Parts: sequence; C-alpha cells; structure tokens
Amino acid sequence: MADTSTTRRSLASLISAQRGRGKLHWTDVFTYAYLLFGVLLMFGPVIWLVMSSFKTPSGLLEFPPTFLPLGQIEVQVDGHDKPLPLYEVTSQDGTTRQLAQVRRIGIVSQMVDPQNPDTTVKVPIDQRTKVREFRMAWENYTDPLERFNFVSFLNNSIIVTVVATLVTLLINSMAAYGLSIYEFRGRNAIMLFIIGTLMIPITVILVPVYLVVTKMGMINSLWAVILPGAATPTGVFLLRQYMLTIPKDLIEAARMDNASEWAIYSKVVLPLAMPAIAVLAIFSIMWRWNEFLWPLIVLNRSEVYTLQVGLNAFQGELDVQWHYILAMTVVTLIPVVVVFTFLQKFITTGIASSGMK
Amino acid sequence: MTEIKLQQIFKSYGSDEVIHGIDLTVNSGEFCVFVGPSGCGKSTLLRIIAGLEDVTSGTIEIDGAVVNSVSASARGLAMVFQSYALYPHMSVYKNMAFGLENTKIPKPEIETRVRAAAQMLQIEDYLHRKPKALSGGQRQRVAIGRAIVRNPKAFLFDEPLSNLDADLRVTMRKELSALHDKIGDTMIYVTHDQIEAMTLADKIVVLKGGCIEQVGEPLDLYNSPQNVFVAGFIGSPRMNLLDATAKNGPQGWVLEAQNLTMAVPQVEGLSDGAKCTIGIRPEHVRIADDGVRDTTVAVAFAEQLGGETYLYCDVEGLPQITVHQPGQLPVKKGQQIGLSFDRANLHVFDAQGRALANRLTA
Repeated sequence: MADTSTTRRSLASLISAQRGRGKLHWTDVFTYAYLLFGVLLMFGPVIWLVMSSFKTPSGLLEFPPTFLPLGQIEVQVDGHDKPLPLYEVTSQDGTTRQLAQVRRIGIVSQMVDPQNPDTTVKVPIDQRTKVREFRMAWENYTDPLERFNFVSFLNNSIIVTVVATLVTLLINSMAAYGLSIYEFRGRNAIMLFIIGTLMIPITVILVPVYLVVTKMGMINSLWAVILPGAATPTGVFLLRQYMLTIPKDLIEAARMDNASEWAIYSKVVLPLAMPAIAVLAIFSIMWRWNEFLWPLIVLNRSEVYTLQVGLNAFQGELDVQWHYILAMTVVTLIPVVVVFTFLQKFITTGIASSGMK
Repeated sequence: MTEIKLQQIFKSYGSDEVIHGIDLTVNSGEFCVFVGPSGCGKSTLLRIIAGLEDVTSGTIEIDGAVVNSVSASARGLAMVFQSYALYPHMSVYKNMAFGLENTKIPKPEIETRVRAAAQMLQIEDYLHRKPKALSGGQRQRVAIGRAIVRNPKAFLFDEPLSNLDADLRVTMRKELSALHDKIGDTMIYVTHDQIEAMTLADKIVVLKGGCIEQVGEPLDLYNSPQNVFVAGFIGSPRMNLLDATAKNGPQGWVLEAQNLTMAVPQVEGLSDGAKCTIGIRPEHVRIADDGVRDTTVAVAFAEQLGGETYLYCDVEGLPQITVHQPGQLPVKKGQQIGLSFDRANLHVFDAQGRALANRLTA
C-alpha cells in the first residue's frame, strides 16, 4: 500500500533548501521572496495583533504606530500623588535633560525635575519627546480575566465547542455510515438532498430556528447553541465520501465474523475513518469556537456568553476598549492554534494502508 | 460435519440473470472447488452460500435446514476473501479474536483458541503485528486463522491464492490441502485456476455463464469431459480441439478435415457427414514417422525442457496442435513430422459440443 512517510529533514535543511547546487539559482531567490511575501501577508496581521495586545490604550492610539509595545516611563515625584510621565527636554542652548510633566496647558507643559521637585519649568510641547521603554501591558490580559467574566466566557466556549463537536461527530458519522455502507434505493437522492441544504444560508433560517429553540425552552442555555448546528451537511458528505473508500470486503468479513451493525460501525468503520473524522473535528472545533451570530441571538445573559459574544461586549456604542479586545482575541486564538498543531498530522497522513494489496 | 445443498438457485441483478438454476450438493467433509472463467458466477454462488447475497429463487440448505432467510453471521460459515480483508487497524491477534469477541466467548477461551490456530498456521510470532507489517503469505495465513478459530460449520474460500506469487501459491496450496486433511471440515473453494482445482479438490464443479458444465472428481473431469468446454478448460496445456466431419467410406468410418484423415471405429451418435470435434490431449499425440500417420505437420516451436518436450505444430486448415512427450525428442523447428492420435484417449464431441465418446476402442 501507499507509504505516506517521507524521509525526515531537519528544519535547517528544509528552510535553506535550494535548487542550484551550492549557489543560488534565480528561481531560489524568486521562491524565497514569494514565500516571504506570503508569510508576511498571512502571518503579519497575527504578529501585529499579538504585539498590539500588549500596548497600553494610549500606545494603541499613538501615531505613527510602533511595532513593539513601548510604554512611556513614569516616575514618582515628591509632592505629587500620581506617577508623572517622563520627557526628554531640549533647552535653548542645546542641552537635554529628563523632566516629568505635571500638566499640559495648550502648547506649553509644566514640568518638574524629579531630582528637584520644588521648581517647575514651562516648556513648549514641541521641545520635549517621550522617554519610552519596552513594556508589556499584561493588565490587558489580567483585567478582563479578573474583573470581567472572561473565565466563565472561556468555560462556556469550551463546553460548547467540545460537546458540539462530539455530538456532531457522532451524528454525522452515523448518517455517513448509513449512506455509504448500505445500498438502498434512493441513497443518492438522500445524499443530494443533504448536500442541497448547504445552499440555504443560516440567515434565512435564523428566525424559524429561533422560534423552535424558544418553544423548546432552550434560550439562554448552551444547548441552544450546541444542538441546532450539530448535523452538518459538510460533515456527512466528508465522512460518507471517505467511508465509501473503505473496502467492502472488510464490512463483509465483519458480517461473517458475527459482528452486529453497531460493532461494524464502532469497531471497524469508525477506526478506519479516523483521518476523515479528525478533519471534521478540526472543522467543527473552528466553526464552534468562532461562531458569533447564532450565540449572540440565543444567549442574552452574560453568564452564558461565549468568548466571541463576550468580546463583543467590549465594543460599546461610544467607547471601544481596543486593548481588551486585542488581548482577548489573542486568548481566543490560542485553542485553535493548539488544535491545529496536534491534529494536522491526521489530515496529511491518514491511515492509507488498509492491509490490502 | 456439514452438508450444503443448493436447489434450483437463480440469481438476477435487475433484469440481468447471472445464475441460471443450479443444483448442487456438497457432501460433508468434502473439498469442493468451483472453477470457471471470470464472470461465470462462481464467486456469486459462493457469496450466496455465505449469505452475503440473496437468491432470486431457489433454496440453500445447510445440514438439512433452509437458510435462505438466515443472515450471513448466523449461518455459522467462515469465509476467506481474495483480498484477505484483514482489519488494518487491529493486530493479528485482534483480527483473529474479533469474530469470537462478537459471540461473547470468555476471554481465556478466546486466547486458547487463537493461540492454537496461530500455532497450527505458524504465525505465533506475528500475533502483535499489524497486517501491513506482514507479507502476502503471512496475511493469507492470518485470514485462514481468522476462519479456523471460529470452528465454523464450513469454510468458504474466494480465490485466496490469487494475490500470491507463483512459488508461494504452490506452498500455500499444499498447506491448504494439509489443513483440510487435518481438520476435515467441509470446504468450498473458488478459483479460476484449474491447476488449483485439480490439486485441491475432492470434487470439482465447472461453471460457465452461470450454469454447471460438469461436476466430478478431478480425474473424471480430465479423462471423461462431458463437453468441449470442460475438455478445453481442464488440463494444461489445453486439449487439442479439431473440427472435423464424420464419413462412412469404403474402408469404414473416418473423421476428416483438411490435412487430417483418421480411421476410427464407429462412434455412436455420429451419422455420415455429421460435423464433430475431435479432442486429443497433448500427451496422447504421438510422433509417427514410420507407422500410420493421421496428419503431417511442421514444427513451429519446440520447447525442450530436458525431462519433457513440448512441440507446437502448424498445419494448414487446422488449429495449432500441441504435443507433449516425456524425455528429449530429436526434433527441430521447421521440421516436418507425422502425428498419430491415440485412439484409446480420443474424445469426440458432437456439433453441440456434447461428448459422444471419451475413448475409442476397436
């Protein structure tokens, strides 16, 4: 059978691979430039997001923006309750010194020397520059997790994702089993019908589904998010197509081996369909984790908010707390990244060999 | 010990009838081989017995009980598939134990049975391996082992050796034969290879186009084929089949064709001027340089194998004639030789292909 394993290459040799032997061929240059462009295009915004999530609110609004999260140094000066921001001031004679700003009036700021807090000097604002240092604003992360209900949002999201994915896998694989292992009249018609539902956008059925969910008393419970989307045409299609490739002999051998239909499903077909199931699991996890519109509609109390709905709460009508939004967006990204890292192997390798020649 | 009886089995796929009324009894403890060209319905027949296909009409009896409506799993038969159909995600042990686990047999009992079967088939060392880490022959053994552990009423084999290379096929053939001697269960074996059929079978069933052509012991089929198809199918190299016409001349009966005149005793059922087919096996063709020749041919190929010689001879108006003689013959390519056909082993078939005589005696 097909052997999908390739010889392992070290990371260094992989990223320095080239076509010409020893020297760079023009295609190497072109390829690396193109790939670098691709990396920047795809990964740039993510890096920017992570960097920005560590900036203070004022750092975020600064223009021109800085790449690194730089914060202005603040010093404690005698006679002042709050720490004062530190500036570098260039005086008339060209000498520079560091002063803390007490207040700013128009284009003039009142400043004080931290070493000599009694005398204040007036400095035009164009003669001072901020003294900055590299500083991570961890409070962007800690505040929402401590002060807001973000931990419970996270919990809700995890419950929804895990339960919904399990339910989806179970229901879809059973439907796929029926539509692939059994041969009956109308099998393809049913499959077409299921695939046809792909063409109905969720917005069209939003209201009827909402009414059904309301009648069943599921509003403001996580089941309202989990159940309506559990059976997905994509999932049934994906699994069914994969199960069709499982050799019929195996199913018949299992029948001869006294296996019940349930045993054939759970002990033979499911393990063999693992690659497809892993793919569907990844899809399902991403769909559920990122789902926004439907939870927003059926979840109205903050105890049952999922992460995405919770994130939306930072976006008020008058004030958008970008630093919290950015930080929590990073938090919501982490599980998806982790899932991908661990399950992507399943997509590529697959259980190619079925033990048959 | 199990007797399997088929009565008037018909099978159609839609309007396409593939099995046209088969009656057959496989006796208890018999090694029965279904043989025939591809598409003759032999695998379908096996799957009908297994319960993997339903019949359109007719009855299947196992030990006197009609099992038409009994599911494959409840018929108590075991099947070895052409592709082996080992579960790729299970170890060899698990593969063999799967059928027993489904019947809720206690674990220690399963363990004993699997170990015993593994020992008999010499696969004990591979019990923990996955099927993909086994060679073709080993997979074959596991597939057979999976059947043995269940103590089935009968074994069904669907072309089990066709995926093996030639050497291994010969070895496995012997092992299968030995296995049948050892366990003595009823076995039904499907193959398109007549050598496998000849070597393994107690009883051969020759099928063609969904009908039984002949049933019998291997040598009966070889010596007394009932029709042209069986005559041509059984035996390697093939029997020489020559179309001829019967004539009752002044010197008695002759069978005539272009470049062929054979004086024969009268054949019952053959009238003057009737078309017929002469069948003669390659080993019954003699080189007759001095005596009476039936035909004179030119040698097209000569295969000298040392212990035996094959000649392929061309003559105008007749198909190529194969000659098989033991020992080494002083014959060269292109040489003209006379051939005579051994009357005691001559087969004569009528225009419909039915055998009129399987030996001619004066």
